[in-house]
Amino acid sequence: MRAWDDQRMDDIISNMLRFGVLTAAALVFLGGVMYLFQNQGPVASYHHFHGEPITLRDPVQIFLGAIHGRARGMIQLGLLVLIITPIARVFMCVVGFFTQRDRLYVAVSGLVLAVLLYSLVFGH
Amino acid sequence: MSTLVFSAWLLLSSLLAGFLGALTGLGGGVVIVPVLTLLFHVDIHYAIGASLVSVIATSSGAAASYVREGFSSVRIGMFLEVATTLGALFGAYLTSRVSAPTIGVIFGIVLLYSAWASFRAKHDYHTDKPDAMAMRLKLKGSFPTPAGEDSYVAQRVPAGFGLMYLAGTLSGLLGIGSGAVKVLAMDQAMRLPFKVSTTTSNFMIGVTAAASAGIYLSRGYIAPELAMPVMLGVLAGSMIGAKVLVKAKVPMLRTVFSLVIVALGFEMIYNSLAGKL
Repeated sequence: MRAWDDQRMDDIISNMLRFGVLTAAALVFLGGVMYLFQNQGPVASYHHFHGEPITLRDPVQIFLGAIHGRARGMIQLGLLVLIITPIARVFMCVVGFFTQRDRLYVAVSGLVLAVLLYSLVFGH
Repeated sequence: MSTLVFSAWLLLSSLLAGFLGALTGLGGGVVIVPVLTLLFHVDIHYAIGASLVSVIATSSGAAASYVREGFSSVRIGMFLEVATTLGALFGAYLTSRVSAPTIGVIFGIVLLYSAWASFRAKHDYHTDKPDAMAMRLKLKGSFPTPAGEDSYVAQRVPAGFGLMYLAGTLSGLLGIGSGAVKVLAMDQAMRLPFKVSTTTSNFMIGVTAAASAGIYLSRGYIAPELAMPVMLGVLAGSMIGAKVLVKAKVPMLRTVFSLVIVALGFEMIYNSLAGKL
């Protein structure tokens, strides 16, 4: 694989971030509109913490909820895409350093990636 | 209040928070948590969850439009990310152990510090004096200036790393970008040039927030219907703020906003101590 220069790295990361944020915002907006149509009553109280159900906590269940057209699941899928965006960015940095044969920084960015994936998968 | 009106108020407040956060460089997170808890009486855990998500959106959105990082500042950011992500995991762990009033008091103190730090005169101390540890970790680089290439080498790496761990912990505990502590670590401790510390800080804020957001999501702290108007509002507000910032200097607005942050800081501390949070 040819080494990426700074310009290449910046372009890839910039496009990926834009794509991630726009996709996330679109999903959240769509889910939000659905949610507001389906919930026209008085607002729930958020004064006490209850915790969200498993369907809105687990990445796989969030995805399933969203494709079944559930409003809150759709919003949560957007937020999940948003959380994954910086993780994907770190992954691109691992690849970038690999093309530069910078072993030290492949290890450093790999470590950061591991911490991020740990938090997403084993967070609870 | 109906759900629609409640969401509309949240959207409007978040829009304003994002706008002011972008103008002052403090980020929308520092305002949105006090606004949600003090004004909308939302539990602080939900508030932190919604804020974290908006922090990721702002950081990634801003980086997509203007960042030019290059490998040298990505190296510095990535190295310090080891500290901030581990700190963020610790911060997110603390959230479930520490009581809401304690979080409120810590939040208030961080608000007061951020306001104070934004007033302080800033100096660019950067130097190219070789530092053994920085050279080994390649924490150096150069950038073009009208007078030719200007090169820099990071100093006092362990102090910077330690402060970054603290910044990550605060970010995970409070749901903010903790830009003020990151600047302290990079400008003051590591003596990096402003240009480098600004882009690096922005890069790091999103990654750090993602580290704790994963945990928040899986613990059920992220309520989609609250995060929805907050994320969309802060994102739109900060994009408008960034556009305005390019066209106009806004010292007056900065001062007003800093005073608002001081007021929110005292309010957070008072309400926490009075048991109203």
